[in-house]
Amino acid sequence: MIQEAVAAADTWDAAVVRILKANKVSLVTYVPDKVLAPLIRRLHADEYFTVINPAREEEAVGIVSGAYLAGVRGIVLMQTSGFATLPNVLASLALPFQIPLLMMVSERGTLGDHQLGQAIVCSTLRPILEALRIEHFAIERREDLEFVADRMIQQAFATQAPAAMILSPLLTNRAGAPA
Amino acid sequence: MQDTLFRTLGRASAAVMNRAALTRHLTAKLADEAVVGGIGNTHFDLWAAGQRAHNFYMLGSMGLAIPIALGVAIAQPKRRVIALEGDGSLLMQLGALGTVASVRPANLAIFVWDNGAYQITGSQATLTASTVDLVAMARGAGIARSTWAEDETHFDALVGEALTGSGPMFVGARTDNAPPAGVTERDPSRIRIRFMDAIKT
Repeated sequence: MIQEAVAAADTWDAAVVRILKANKVSLVTYVPDKVLAPLIRRLHADEYFTVINPAREEEAVGIVSGAYLAGVRGIVLMQTSGFATLPNVLASLALPFQIPLLMMVSERGTLGDHQLGQAIVCSTLRPILEALRIEHFAIERREDLEFVADRMIQQAFATQAPAAMILSPLLTNRAGAPA
Repeated sequence: MQDTLFRTLGRASAAVMNRAALTRHLTAKLADEAVVGGIGNTHFDLWAAGQRAHNFYMLGSMGLAIPIALGVAIAQPKRRVIALEGDGSLLMQLGALGTVASVRPANLAIFVWDNGAYQITGSQATLTASTVDLVAMARGAGIARSTWAEDETHFDALVGEALTGSGPMFVGARTDNAPPAGVTERDPSRIRIRFMDAIKT
């Protein structure tokens, strides 16, 4: 089990690496995001993970879904605008086939974003998740990260259902991380 | 061997064959290989060729046969994995060719049926009917072992290579507009569980 008192001392990205390992999530696919960059660097540097960066988020979902069918756990990392490209594959692959697709979405377009397009895309994130009835939770505080991410991953596999962990700027940017 | 199997002919020089027949040629040689069938007539003919438990039939997510097959290939490097895809589907997700080339799975073979049409929606033309050569695109993406199947004999040899060779390969096969030989049963839970049980390690 994760020791939360110790864990709270390190950064959110170091914690995510530890949570993924604890849950045997060894395949990571991503389309880049500046906020996720420190996490992506850690994953590339760690031999435990197979890390793939395809051209589109749909591809990333396909790869992780195929790996699940073949017995390997994976996760897709993306930013809000990338998530907005996914409703069709969520509705026609992950949901009907009951694939526990883990998604980690860096929430852009809120709490100080300077791009109107990002802000408008951000407004679609929760309505899409709710329309598809996909389990989701925005993680805002460092001290919640282990509990929420660990539980969401476990629930996804136990219930054969996708899950979206939303990383709020409150978590990733409060201490002055790159905007 | 490789020089004669992976040929430089363009799309216009490849024979037009029958998708259902080629699919039967392919599946006849399979044992425990995993096959991911792209949507529509691609997996209808895969189904009609014999309901192998090792087949995964996509029901939507157009364009994802290659990414799904890549995921299976990464998870089980000792198992041969084959992606069957149509030209219209691949055109939706061309970046997947670059992803396969950069990951370089030794155990993945891609076969694309190219009839130049979105046959299932009324045979509207795809881009391959005008200017796009998907084999050239695969080669350009970095899949060096890419070729058009010149005729059925060549196709059969390429199937053999898919089962024994090393490194990702891409085969384009031009196909006619004959209707599919059957229609897949579409219960996603059954398809998934059957496939997962069949390839469980």
